[in-house]
Amino acid sequence: MSDVIIVDYGAGNTRSVRAAITHVGSSSVVTSDPALIRSADFVVLPGVGSAKSAMAHLTATGAAPAIRQRYANGGVTFGVCLGMQLAFEFTEEDGGVDGLGLMPGRVRRLRESRVPRLGWAIVDPWGEAFYFAHSYVCESTDTVATSDGLTVAVRRGSFFGVQFHPEKSGNAGLTFLEQCLSRA
Amino acid sequence: MPLARLIACLDVAHGRVVKGVSFVGLRDVGDPVELAKFYSDGGADELVFLDIAATPDESATMTSVVARVADVLAIPFTVGGGVRSVDDASRIIESGADRVSLNSAALADPSLITAIAERYGSQAVVIAIDAGDGVVHTHGGRVATTTETLPWALEATERGAGEILLTSIRCDGQRRGFDLELTRAVRDAVSVPVIASGGAGSAEHVAAALRITDAALIASIVHENPAGLPGLRREIEHLGIRLRPLKESR
Repeated sequence: MSDVIIVDYGAGNTRSVRAAITHVGSSSVVTSDPALIRSADFVVLPGVGSAKSAMAHLTATGAAPAIRQRYANGGVTFGVCLGMQLAFEFTEEDGGVDGLGLMPGRVRRLRESRVPRLGWAIVDPWGEAFYFAHSYVCESTDTVATSDGLTVAVRRGSFFGVQFHPEKSGNAGLTFLEQCLSRA
Repeated sequence: MPLARLIACLDVAHGRVVKGVSFVGLRDVGDPVELAKFYSDGGADELVFLDIAATPDESATMTSVVARVADVLAIPFTVGGGVRSVDDASRIIESGADRVSLNSAALADPSLITAIAERYGSQAVVIAIDAGDGVVHTHGGRVATTTETLPWALEATERGAGEILLTSIRCDGQRRGFDLELTRAVRDAVSVPVIASGGAGSAEHVAAALRITDAALIASIVHENPAGLPGLRREIEHLGIRLRPLKESR
């Protein structure tokens, strides 16, 4: 497998996701280079930063069309937290931002009693606890896992996304990440 | 609702984890990376690093600690102390921290909260409040301000803070239990998660705090006996608090 590409949004902690990928035995590069994004075996849209600035960076660098193209060509693309949310058509974050549109549906603000929703929570039907830190949630027809009734994992075509942070979910997260990478 | 969180706090000075009362008599207790890994393996759900000797010319030392911790730790961690600007926050977050914690800098310039939240999201901004006699204190709890605790907690969250780290000055270091009344009052005043801090001396104390709020910070109780963390977790669970199920090491 070629290096895992972690897409750069211009801001945020990409070091942790890199460290986790290294830990499970793959090498990675943080970049917004469209050519690398198009050709990589496995692309991660990380869960860092905020929607508006991330989309602006993806658009300015040409990464956004490159992600759409690789998805259309069946290139495996994995979104984490904000990275999963950006794959949808629209998010309410930052006053409303158009996403990449890989996934039908939209992202809305959480209506839980405490927002952000911070901490470890059980993901069903997988039965494992993963770490969450989010204020928005996807409304999707492609849900494959939920937590407290919220959509926390989606899959459609070659896109797979999770709301939790596998890179921050201890051993459960590392095992999960390893399984994702091995399927590429 | 996510599961209750047990957060271990490590005081850092000049790149080392230290222990001591106030700034005198600080004792070096170890390497931040080794201790972070140890607490993480022992079942801490999160860690907080407080740079208690933060000075601008030493910022590179803390940045390097953060990067080394991020490379070995697979649980979230917050860094506080010495965050005075968006650039400070950026340095720490880009080095691998999940959140920054602000105290006096946010009091001096509340717009800092919004600036960091807009760049990294609300979940990346924790406001640390050292509370006593109804008002916020600075300088490690030694200096009282005229800012009232509850209005400040609310204002900070309205400006974009995603979590409140609430320390009771009266209870801190006493190990006689958390200030539950204060914790409840702040919890009711805001709609973000609140971490209770100050006073943990036993599993009963922690369980009592976790019955009313999302997370509890533990410091001396684990520093005295780092190997006791798994046992402490079990005791808390026996008291009816649901913590995350730990997965055996890989």
